[in-house]
Amino acid sequence: MTVKRKHLLGLEELEPHEILSFLESAKVFREVLDRPIKKVAPLRGLTVVNLFYEPSTRTRLSFELAEKRLSADTVSFTTATSSVKKGETLKDTVRNIEAMKIDMIVIRHQSAGVPYFLTRFSDACIVNAGDGQHEHPTQGLLDLYTIWTKYKKLAGLRVVLMGDAKHSRVIRSNIWGLTKLGASVAVCGPPTLLPVEMEKMGVEVYTDIDKALDGADVVNVMRIQLERQTSGLLPSLREYTTLFGITRDRLKRLNKNYTIMHPGPINRGIELADDVADSVNSVILEQVTNGVAVRMAVLYLLAASEGKNVKQD
Amino acid sequence: MSNKIKLIKNGTLVLPDRNEPIEGDIYLEEGVIRKINLETGSRKKEKAGGEGVIDAKGLLVFPGLIDMHVHLREPGREDEETIATGTAAAAAGGFTAVACMPNTLPPVDNQESVMFIKQLARDCPARVYPVGAISKGRAGKEISEIGEMVHMGAVAISDDGSPVHDAAIMRRALEYAGMFGIPVISHAEDSTLTGNGVMNEGYESTRLGMPGIPPYSEEVCISRDIILCKHIGTRLHIAHVSTKGSVELVRRAKAEGVHVTAEATPHHFTLTDTLIGKEFNTNLKMMPPLRTQEDVDAIIAGLMDGTIDAIASDHAPHSSEEKEVEFDHAPNGIIGLETTVGLVATFLVRPGHLTWNDIARKLSKHPAGILKITGGELKANRVADITIIDPKAAWMVRVDKFASKSRNSPYDGWKLHGKVRYTILGGNVTFAS
Repeated sequence: MTVKRKHLLGLEELEPHEILSFLESAKVFREVLDRPIKKVAPLRGLTVVNLFYEPSTRTRLSFELAEKRLSADTVSFTTATSSVKKGETLKDTVRNIEAMKIDMIVIRHQSAGVPYFLTRFSDACIVNAGDGQHEHPTQGLLDLYTIWTKYKKLAGLRVVLMGDAKHSRVIRSNIWGLTKLGASVAVCGPPTLLPVEMEKMGVEVYTDIDKALDGADVVNVMRIQLERQTSGLLPSLREYTTLFGITRDRLKRLNKNYTIMHPGPINRGIELADDVADSVNSVILEQVTNGVAVRMAVLYLLAASEGKNVKQD
Repeated sequence: MSNKIKLIKNGTLVLPDRNEPIEGDIYLEEGVIRKINLETGSRKKEKAGGEGVIDAKGLLVFPGLIDMHVHLREPGREDEETIATGTAAAAAGGFTAVACMPNTLPPVDNQESVMFIKQLARDCPARVYPVGAISKGRAGKEISEIGEMVHMGAVAISDDGSPVHDAAIMRRALEYAGMFGIPVISHAEDSTLTGNGVMNEGYESTRLGMPGIPPYSEEVCISRDIILCKHIGTRLHIAHVSTKGSVELVRRAKAEGVHVTAEATPHHFTLTDTLIGKEFNTNLKMMPPLRTQEDVDAIIAGLMDGTIDAIASDHAPHSSEEKEVEFDHAPNGIIGLETTVGLVATFLVRPGHLTWNDIARKLSKHPAGILKITGGELKANRVADITIIDPKAAWMVRVDKFASKSRNSPYDGWKLHGKVRYTILGGNVTFAS
């Protein structure tokens, strides 16, 4: 369970064995979360900065908890305004933070490629917590982990990613992670929300939800944003629900022992029917718990790769 | 004056009207070509030497190169480039003349602005031909005082940097410009289709999750402008053609006899969108964006069959603080004056796509013809604007050595072939290496 990697920028660049290392390691930390004292010491003395240029509640909380449970010192910085509007460049902001002697940066930003941009002038380990519509690798890993722990494998499973593939970094990270570990992946949504040439990422692309769901094991449903309607990509959310909403009726096409997932926050009754979200096949809250364990694993393995962590017994 | 040239001897002359280079000597007097002795005649070995004589043995001698699409940033962004530094970059890149686009601050949309540029350019190392704005303030609402700008020295009109969104304004511009015989240069883009796009729309934008600019953002606008031009009958020039579909549209229009010409930039025939995801280098961000290999191949084919008349750099200086930001926030454009000759030599001539004589047309004769300006030929009694290139010399692009004030080139560190040895403007050496 080691990786030789300073940064986690995306799942596209990972080898399958590296992804498995993250999952195996997450398993250990997942057990920690069930203990009465949910804290271990491997990042003691390390400082992690959570740099969030985009509003986020659950991802930021999940990272903060992961860091605290690894005994790191953490500070968080959230701003909804971009660095450009603020008058200071992102590069200057990051260099200033780094001058305060920190070890790792968890960054979320509206622009694709920003985590990579940081690696060009920062010495810290960089963890991508979502860059534009590009990747959200820890979300991808926690989705993989959730499926992997339920089915004990990923190869051979059929996973449907439902919704706004054009604007979804979660879908992209899921595609890379799932296909690298041998799952077959289908993406389904209206043509206006499907990016061009997505098949080249190694997935099947559907606009017919019934065909997409046929024989699937896992359905990972993405949040649909109201702004897709106002920007003219959808006639109405109501019609989206009619054509692409996951309802109990549509689940009949899935394999037995199917799984419903959602990265949250859910628009109940829009992309996902209320009763489906709360059904026994829904693992939505497990995803949230697993998220902390996966982020612990990521921070731990990157720090270990840099020789920064306290050796564990 | 030691940089006053009297004779260029033993050179290989690349004459735009011929299909092969030919040995010869060029005699200069008072900044004018007095006579040219070609190998075909009874040319005896020129023995003259000393001051004012260039021995161009093994070198290619071109009519002065002309870049018909540059941004000199003055007035308004003198921190990025000035007319003085931009023309120094032109000379260093082998150019004796440039046409500068009007998207300055304030824009060049009136005769005073044209005069301002002409005055600042007077003692500069390259001829500067201002392009006036199509519309007042480049706002696309009312046409500018085109006549006054032309009388002051504007050679074309364009709202370059932005498209003319309103078809009726484009129609009026074509009609009105026809009165002066100047071309309307179209920055062809449908901004509603560009949207918030920052790179070509295709597999790469899908993979990177970046908002894409579809090729038809350009093609829809080129189609419109060609249709307008066909009906109105005046001259249209399409700037920076970047897609396979655009090349095909221009090819068909020319076959139909429409008065359209087109240019392509070196970056659109040497780079593709697959480079962006490697480093998110903002020096790969420009408008129109880098496209795919298929588009690159189509542009080269368009240059070969004459569909694309000219090569222009779209030299667009930007400060490093503006470019060293998130890809989404970086301004569009790269500098190109000092890399064009090397890129043309390395990627068009060496692989055998174009000959040096083709290059003399694309980089000199045709731009001169489209803009109806001095130059574009090597003939007796014509102004002595001459560029001398060593086709075999290899060199490394070093942006820190550029004469341009800006450094935003994606070619830094590239090894290129074809080096400018002398740039001669009106008989005076403006650059030598």
